[in-house]
Amino acid sequence: MSGALGKDLLGLEHLSADQIRLLLDTAEPFKEISERAIKKVPVLRGKTIVNLFFEASTRTRISFEFAEKRLSADTVNVSTSGSSVVKGETLVDTARNLEAMRIDMVVMRHGSSGAAKFLADRIESTVINAGDGKHEHPTQGLLDLLTIRDHRPIAGTKVCIVGDVLHSRVARSNIWGLLKLGAEVAVCGPQSLLPLGIESLGVHVFRRVEEAIAWADVLNVLRLQLERMQAGYIPSLREYYRHFGVTVERLEKAPRDLLILHPGPMNRGVEIDSRVADGPHSVILNQVTNGVAVRMAVLYLLAGGNPELAEAAKGGSDR
Amino acid sequence: MPTDERQLLLDERAFARTLHRMALDILRQNPDPDRLVLIGIQRRGVELAARLASLLAQETGAQVPRGALDITLYRDDFEVIGPRPLVGPTHLPVKLEGREAWIVDDVLYSGRTVRAALDELADFGRPGRIGLAVLVDRGGRELPIQADVVGERVPTAGGDRVEVFVRELDGRDAVEVVRAGRAAP
Repeated sequence: MSGALGKDLLGLEHLSADQIRLLLDTAEPFKEISERAIKKVPVLRGKTIVNLFFEASTRTRISFEFAEKRLSADTVNVSTSGSSVVKGETLVDTARNLEAMRIDMVVMRHGSSGAAKFLADRIESTVINAGDGKHEHPTQGLLDLLTIRDHRPIAGTKVCIVGDVLHSRVARSNIWGLLKLGAEVAVCGPQSLLPLGIESLGVHVFRRVEEAIAWADVLNVLRLQLERMQAGYIPSLREYYRHFGVTVERLEKAPRDLLILHPGPMNRGVEIDSRVADGPHSVILNQVTNGVAVRMAVLYLLAGGNPELAEAAKGGSDR
Repeated sequence: MPTDERQLLLDERAFARTLHRMALDILRQNPDPDRLVLIGIQRRGVELAARLASLLAQETGAQVPRGALDITLYRDDFEVIGPRPLVGPTHLPVKLEGREAWIVDDVLYSGRTVRAALDELADFGRPGRIGLAVLVDRGGRELPIQADVVGERVPTAGGDRVEVFVRELDGRDAVEVVRAGRAAP
């Protein structure tokens, strides 16, 4: 397997700006396929894809599954509950057993940062990272880029990521992707939820959400995981909402209309006001729609040609 | 040193004349222009379909709807060549049911593009009939597919190329055949 992207998609950090643009450009025509009466093209017919989810996920898993099915791949879903993982099988053993059943790709969500790379180094099948720990969530980063690009050119746009940046793989993938495409990036959140030294990535830091709103063209509002309160990162959800909640009142003071993104699932009334989530500048559902198209593009570009067949078919070209 | 030899097959005037004849041929086979839909295959088939539609409008006064089909995702050589980086848009403006759908392309060669287009159209609906109109038929079929309307036929060898230029994309209308150079005996 080879192609414009290589064998795997592990993150956006190591992709070039051109590779990211290719992914976004390839996603454009795939949007239309989901609008057809028959939402299916035969391009991955006969390919077998395993969705291996070690963490709970609704949106990402279903979005990958739709993308796979709309490209005519055969898919199998493995989740940790009810699989041999609960019997103590290691990640590599699970994957090697799947590979012994002749699969082509693994889409994996895992709680440990670096799990996708760990697996990709050890199996021959293509590995697509569907979120690994606090590291990256590249397809979310790509769908956020595509959604912003639907509304304005990314280069020069000011994007602020608001919330729990410390634990967020979505934030990391967004930062890499946005910077590579020439956006200005900032983060904003309570000090306890911002990684130390994040400025070294080339992002601005805002301590107050009002300042972020005054600066930005786009807000990407992160989900505040409710466990963070128990762990003592924030005093209470109400206090978080009072200081960092993205509310209509705060947005009304902005010098321009801001595009509002959220990777979901939302905690209405914690990180985002319901009236903002459902408001005219929210593109949260567009993100979900674009997610399927972006994942179709990823699968399409990673499914490579077969060099032996290419040799055999030489001379029989189409034109 | 073998050198390629370039021959002009259709110049600007012959190109226009050929398209006009193709439009009349389509009308002869489908006298009711209101049931027609022209579907160009990306890229140059789309431009040719637009030209044929305006010729049909001149002849009949009817506005024939036009669509565009990108067959990249229906090709049979994905396993061989891998993904083609950029997939063009597919756009069909009307329901195909009961229509006389005409696939329009610039060059008919192996027939594999048309096979893919037929598969893709079947996913969009069931036209009453599907016709095939091509500007150039260069022979060399690998599938049992023939065109209903042909602008120009030209026999070619495997290494030859047939290049179609259209004003909208290339600044001029022409068809040229590039004969692969053969080493001197």
